[in-house]
Amino acid sequence: MSEKTQIENPKLKVQDLNFYYGKYHAIKGVSMDIPGNKVTAFIGPSGCGKSTLLRTFNRLYELYPGQRAEGEIRLDGSNILAKDQDITLLRAKVGMVFQKPTPFPMSIYDNISFGVKLYENLSRGEMDERVEWALSKAALWKEVKDKLNQSGSSLSGGQQQRLCIARGIAIKPEVLLLDEPCSALDPISTSRIEELVDELKADYTVVIVTHNMQQAARVSDFTAYMYLGELIEFGATDNIFIKPTRKETEDYITGRFG
Amino acid sequence: MASAISPDNPIYRRRRVVNAILLFVSGLTLLFGLFWLTWILVTLFYEGFNALAPSLFTQNTPPPGSNGGLLNAIAGSLMMAVTGTLIGTPVGILAGTYLAEYGRRGWLAPATRFINDILLSAPSIVIGLFVYSVYVSQVNHFSGWGGALALSLIVIPVVVRTTDDMLKLVPDSLREAAVALGAPSWKMVVFISYRAAKAGIITGILLAVARISGETAPLLFTALNNQFWSLNMNAPMANLPVVIFQFAMSPYEDWHRLAWGGAILITLSVLALNIIARALFRR
Repeated sequence: MSEKTQIENPKLKVQDLNFYYGKYHAIKGVSMDIPGNKVTAFIGPSGCGKSTLLRTFNRLYELYPGQRAEGEIRLDGSNILAKDQDITLLRAKVGMVFQKPTPFPMSIYDNISFGVKLYENLSRGEMDERVEWALSKAALWKEVKDKLNQSGSSLSGGQQQRLCIARGIAIKPEVLLLDEPCSALDPISTSRIEELVDELKADYTVVIVTHNMQQAARVSDFTAYMYLGELIEFGATDNIFIKPTRKETEDYITGRFG
Repeated sequence: MASAISPDNPIYRRRRVVNAILLFVSGLTLLFGLFWLTWILVTLFYEGFNALAPSLFTQNTPPPGSNGGLLNAIAGSLMMAVTGTLIGTPVGILAGTYLAEYGRRGWLAPATRFINDILLSAPSIVIGLFVYSVYVSQVNHFSGWGGALALSLIVIPVVVRTTDDMLKLVPDSLREAAVALGAPSWKMVVFISYRAAKAGIITGILLAVARISGETAPLLFTALNNQFWSLNMNAPMANLPVVIFQFAMSPYEDWHRLAWGGAILITLSVLALNIIARALFRR
């Protein structure tokens, strides 16, 4: 990177991050500061490492043998890649929503309360409030308030994805990671989720991976362009889309890539 | 140039001929298999329904020449099958859980899976002999416990296999979602994986019960038989498969009828278990 974008009070500070799938070097020396209470978008062609990078922020890769990260990721100053980092606490602080909706095989209500119960002892009334709060935040409350006991998988794809977002924010994380949350959704559900992302940044730090450059331009404050495991350019979204400093970035966002 | 896509195309004609031949041959083999199966079932139902009577459930196995039923054998079979299932199921589910959920790295899980597959296809007589030598011959008497133990050894590999397979069908994305909420792995397994695989795991248990309810060889070497009413698991215990074996081999007409009665009881209960398992799995 030619010039490093200065970010004031970064929530996440990535330093010299390298990631390996076995012997395959998937992320090469990435350093970046992700600002708090802003939306940061990762863009780039398939296989460039943007989802991989996202999955290092909650160490989700550790579920699989052979995957490892080297370097530092500081969340509010403490290195989350350190061995002594409590991994379940980290994941409670850093929520995640996936590409495909993943409702748990239980009722809509329980889908939300499952995560909350892991860290909080709420009375029935408090839990009801929390469920309503989360579902309202995710713009789903009106559609499901009369069928909270129905299975989460009975909802449509767009509703399921908003349920997953509600589940993620119900535990009140500090950072919310969205891994292509709209790629399986219709335009109406997509625009609902985009509005939601915009509202969420008041309370959370949001990082979103997207294939859709218009989406990145619409929802994000900062954008990172990645290619072949390297961070090519990172900066304010307006700058990246209007006057990128790197030729590669310009080629990609203008569609002249490859 | 004439179009290649026409009914006269030799490649297409040849394919149609091959298709007709294969369809004919596979239909023929289907009929061959069904023929014997139907014969077995027809004989069983013809002979068995004659033997079905209330006395089967109210009287114990008789001496030759007098009236009787299968009450002690039914009770013994139930007790040993239930005990065997109660021993085998938890072991099987926990081992299957290890294989599918925890054993993703290292050599232990693949090795265990391989050995389990061998155990799954081991002749049941080997299991009977094994329990005979390590348990029955040590305590010096045949017993219901020995029978239950042998049956549990048949249950375990079946349940391990189905639990492992069913948990593997649970998409990793569901596990990732649970873990990403900050759930420790045991909660992920208990509340997400088990819940998603519940129908399949229960089906596996039912199929294991169906499997052991007809096993003769392991009981021959362990529980043996008992002509009298006994619920003492520390004594030889009557059971349907061994009673069928003994009575069918005997020269007495009324014992033959009871053997047919026992055979149809086992068949019907296995049928019922399979229907329940299918209905559960479909949900």
